[in-house]
Amino acid sequence: MTEMAELIIPSLLETLYMVFFSTIFSILLGFPLGILLVISEKGSIWEKPLLNNILNSIINLLRSFPFLILMILLFPLSKLLIGKTIGTTATIVPLAIAAAPFVARVMESSLKEVDRGVIELSLSMGATTPQIITRVLLPEALPSIIHGVTLTIINLIGYSAMAGSIGGGGLGDLAIRFGLYRFQTDVMVASVIVIVILVQSVQFMGNTLAKVLNKK
Amino acid sequence: MIDIQNLSKKYISGKDHLVAVKNVNLQVNKGEIFGIIGLSGAGKSTLIRCINRLEEPTEGRIFIENVDITRLDKESLRLMRKEIGMIFQHFNLLNQKNVYDNIAFPLQLEGWAKSEIDKRVNELLEYVELTDKKLAFPSQLSGGQKQRVAIARAIANNPKLLLSDEGTSALDPRTTKSILSLLNRIRTELGITIVMITHQMEVVKEVCDRVAIMENGEVVEINTVQNLFRDPKTKTAATFINTIATDVEEEIISPNGLKGTLIRLSYLGESAKRPIISKVIRNFNVDVNILSGNINKLHETNVGHLILELIGNEDEIKKTISYLQDENVHVEVIQ
Repeated sequence: MTEMAELIIPSLLETLYMVFFSTIFSILLGFPLGILLVISEKGSIWEKPLLNNILNSIINLLRSFPFLILMILLFPLSKLLIGKTIGTTATIVPLAIAAAPFVARVMESSLKEVDRGVIELSLSMGATTPQIITRVLLPEALPSIIHGVTLTIINLIGYSAMAGSIGGGGLGDLAIRFGLYRFQTDVMVASVIVIVILVQSVQFMGNTLAKVLNKK
Repeated sequence: MIDIQNLSKKYISGKDHLVAVKNVNLQVNKGEIFGIIGLSGAGKSTLIRCINRLEEPTEGRIFIENVDITRLDKESLRLMRKEIGMIFQHFNLLNQKNVYDNIAFPLQLEGWAKSEIDKRVNELLEYVELTDKKLAFPSQLSGGQKQRVAIARAIANNPKLLLSDEGTSALDPRTTKSILSLLNRIRTELGITIVMITHQMEVVKEVCDRVAIMENGEVVEINTVQNLFRDPKTKTAATFINTIATDVEEEIISPNGLKGTLIRLSYLGESAKRPIISKVIRNFNVDVNILSGNINKLHETNVGHLILELIGNEDEIKKTISYLQDENVHVEVIQ
């Protein structure tokens, strides 16, 4: 049992490390993109059709890449930013970039749920565009944004397991190395169980937080 | 206060042209409650939204206290809008903020100090009688309470003009009355001019001084509410009035069993106090049969309607009618 724990715990920590930082970076990239997508749309508060089209195309392009291929394509970027292409830290780069367009779409759909009337009201009160974003759109969409972030984290747990297979470390790596290559099924099952528990608890926490914060 | 000149709004999508507002001219005086009534699709909502340029007018000008709002650049328009409050049919409250923060919202936008905001919001809560709901969220309020919050928010930074876009249309009749009396208080106590659009004649009758009637994007009649009720100039106006007048009328007019001349009298408050009918009976050789009557309480006066059957010879009837007209009663011969 302790043997198993000695295998699982470091891998779990690696997974948490990867997921935590890639979530943060994907949010840093994706949130502004999502906001831009919404406000630059036709009829919105900062109408820029050309910009809107370009952003949409880039996001669609990035989202259509299978994750493993995107990751390999992004090796040079990891090398540039982190100095290496293999290892948990290096994996954060492709993870964050792969998740960013997803986060942008999540943000976009959350913000679009905000009642058009509330935006109209803010305009009628002479609110500036930044004021509408920070004081109306984001706070009104907060519960929905939290759902979106939950979804992102769960996706990233899945992606990080995949990334493990090409040298990223973490629980996915463990499952493949021991379970697949060394036929230690128990290790594979254990890592999968840990991943399942991880996903379940993230979902639960996300739901609870969104529910507590939602006043609607 | 407001001077709208030749205002038009067209929507163009591909080959389709939709003229929502057609060449509208109207003036709103300072301190009055001006109603714009029309059926849905008549263009009234577009018209009121042009006043603060939530809709961009296609043609024409709108002066608000001599400033042409259609010519303002984005930034001046934004500042101008701070002097125009607006309430909506669906209240448009911030759902994630409580009552206090909703009312504080326009003040926060303007960067008021916290203590100033606190003072003003508490004052407003008292004014709209919602002090006990200070920390409630919109989802915990009734429709009427939501609209009170919206009104408090709209007048928080002392605008000179308040626009109401179907502000009472989502409310039941009793709540509508209480919201209307709040609006009336705002006009009298705070001197805020109010422009309201509605499709309910009840609303116009209850609180408006003057009213514009819209049909197919055009203003077909502008009148004081008293005169509108006494003597509507257009059919549309008459139809709207009939939505409140009793239904009895039609039943009486249709049967052909009546021998005499049927007339409809409309009179305002003062004439109503004089015993006109009994004078008619005493002075002229006619028999009078009262078929129906009703009185509409307007915001400042009453308008009465009477349908009479006059039986007698033609000369006497003519004299009777001209006598009534001299007494400042509006007479319409129905048959």
